[in-house]
Amino acid sequence: MVASEDWPVSETPATPLVQIREVSKQFDGVTAVDRVSLDILRRELFAILGSSGCGKTTLLRLLAGFEQPTSGRILIDGADMTDVPPYERPVNLMFQSYALFPHMTVAQNVAYGLKKEHVPAPKIRERVAEMLALVKLEALATRKPEKLSGGEKQRVALARALVKRPKLLLLDEPMAALDKKLRQHTQFELASLQYQLGTTFVVVTHDQSEAMTLANRIAVMAEGRIVQVGPPGEVYEFPANRYVASFVGNINLFDGRVTGGEAGRLSLHCEALGADLSVISDAVMPAGSAACIAVRPEKITISRQAPETKDRNVVKGTVWDLAYFGDQSLYRVRLKTGAEMQVSAQNLRRSAKLTVEWDDEVYLSWEIASTILLPS
Amino acid sequence: MNEEPTVNGGQALQWLRRAVALPYLWMLLFFLTPFLIILKISFSDPIVAQPPFTPLLEWGAQGFAGLRATFENYAYLFQDGYYGIIYLSSLKMAAIGTLLCLLLGYPMAYYIARQPPRRRQIMLLAVILPFWISFLLRVYAWIGLLNNRGVINEFLIRLGVIDHPLPMLYNDFAVYLGIVYSYLPFMILPLYANLERLDLDLLEAAADLGARRWQAFVDVTLPLSVPGIIGGCLLVFIPAVGEFTIPALLGGADTLMIGRVLWDEFFINRDWPVASAVSVVLLVLLIAPIMWFQRLQRREQEAAS
Repeated sequence: MVASEDWPVSETPATPLVQIREVSKQFDGVTAVDRVSLDILRRELFAILGSSGCGKTTLLRLLAGFEQPTSGRILIDGADMTDVPPYERPVNLMFQSYALFPHMTVAQNVAYGLKKEHVPAPKIRERVAEMLALVKLEALATRKPEKLSGGEKQRVALARALVKRPKLLLLDEPMAALDKKLRQHTQFELASLQYQLGTTFVVVTHDQSEAMTLANRIAVMAEGRIVQVGPPGEVYEFPANRYVASFVGNINLFDGRVTGGEAGRLSLHCEALGADLSVISDAVMPAGSAACIAVRPEKITISRQAPETKDRNVVKGTVWDLAYFGDQSLYRVRLKTGAEMQVSAQNLRRSAKLTVEWDDEVYLSWEIASTILLPS
Repeated sequence: MNEEPTVNGGQALQWLRRAVALPYLWMLLFFLTPFLIILKISFSDPIVAQPPFTPLLEWGAQGFAGLRATFENYAYLFQDGYYGIIYLSSLKMAAIGTLLCLLLGYPMAYYIARQPPRRRQIMLLAVILPFWISFLLRVYAWIGLLNNRGVINEFLIRLGVIDHPLPMLYNDFAVYLGIVYSYLPFMILPLYANLERLDLDLLEAAADLGARRWQAFVDVTLPLSVPGIIGGCLLVFIPAVGEFTIPALLGGADTLMIGRVLWDEFFINRDWPVASAVSVVLLVLLIAPIMWFQRLQRREQEAAS
């Protein structure tokens, strides 16, 4: 059972830094952003997650001021920003391409924003030095961008965007141009930098694991709309619909029909699994109505012996594929009905042999509380 | 364009080498050889004969007898202030013409580079289109336009804007007009090639950091287009310095350009050695900016790779 404290709670919201109110953006009749309303709180590291073409970049550009909304308003720190040009917004953007000025040195790149603000020269030097120290680039201050590595370029872009002390920093796919190893390291650095500075960050990404590791809160976007907003754990464990469930992480997802229900529980029959399953839900659904059942691979226990059935859903199948990663193993189990389920298991015991092997007849079982009920 | 080479690599490379060798051979034959001949003549004395200069190498009964080179032609060029003034005047007129081309060509190239790709091609075609008509004919056509009784003057008089025709032909104004008209495409094309490559993210980054549009232009677009500006300016300046047709057809008697002097020395004074010396000095004057440009290009290529 999921204890009651594991369920999402709605907090009383503080005054948000960014208020996006019913914002739509159309390009030649094509809707890129569709009636989006969103609050982003102070000091938050907020991620906007979605696949390419979902409108997340347009939303970011609306916040930066490069696009004007077709309808709706954007407020930052209580002030209406809808018609304020980018060069007057208390917002800075770190571009996906970094967009470093190739004819300026690292220090000149970082100083540029302050120069446009007419900060006196000694003060500029001081703040640039401070910023370069923060991103550990003091030694490269006189280099041109072409002589920098990808990671160094990213840090220059970050320093340049932060030097004006914006109320809001927007980051467009900040890790996309880095290789995998550097990416993980940089994610932690970025998160700790954000914590240190207390600046509100909004990260746009298509990479769900990046959004999960970085953000305090995630907004999942699809087809120009926000489909779910919540902390990473909430989005992962309590997805709002099929799209979120399958976009964020791996999942086994099947259609089913309600067969009955009693105090906080629903019984469903799932054709594809050839099994009756139970789900915890307060929803009142008449028998026969369609629903969708899902379970994450790591919530499933795989065993050759019949498991306990109390408060658990159980199905039977045959292992037809397995991948051994050392720390964990990934099984693909084919059921008699032909349906396929993914199971991931931590290899907790030190053993040269696997407890479950190819072609083994296995039981898959998971807690009723781990079963996700979604609108079909 | 994207075809994979179908012949094996070695053979293809050999053909490529041959193909590249051809233009070099061409340059050697039709540029270097005439230049060497001119260089040779510039060290001779003029005589009334056919050809009108003394031979550089003397041949006696026993073969080679001696070298008879004279530097008098060069000495003459430097002693007679006339040539110095004309060189300076040519450089000045070419420089002003180049500047006018730049002032006119930059906004045009910028505008074309910001159009959607299809319209860009049409506009570029329009820039190149005049090349389909002979250069000489196009310069001649301006006579008909700028004449005292030409199209423009007649039109203005008929409108009542002026009573007397404006003197637009046979003066420096007409020469500048001719240079700008003839060489504008050579300014636009390299500038376009440069501006079209500009990463528009950079302009947004500048705006994001607090720059207005004109500031972003001054801080980002302009400095990054310097190679295009230099390329275009050299492509206009170098041929404009030695321009003959435009000053000869559109210029007045007082329009001093080295191309005309060269013509006069060759065909009116029939002083081939001095004429050769004039053109050698002109070449030396122009080689400096060409070499500078090439060094700049090489540096840019290295930076890009």
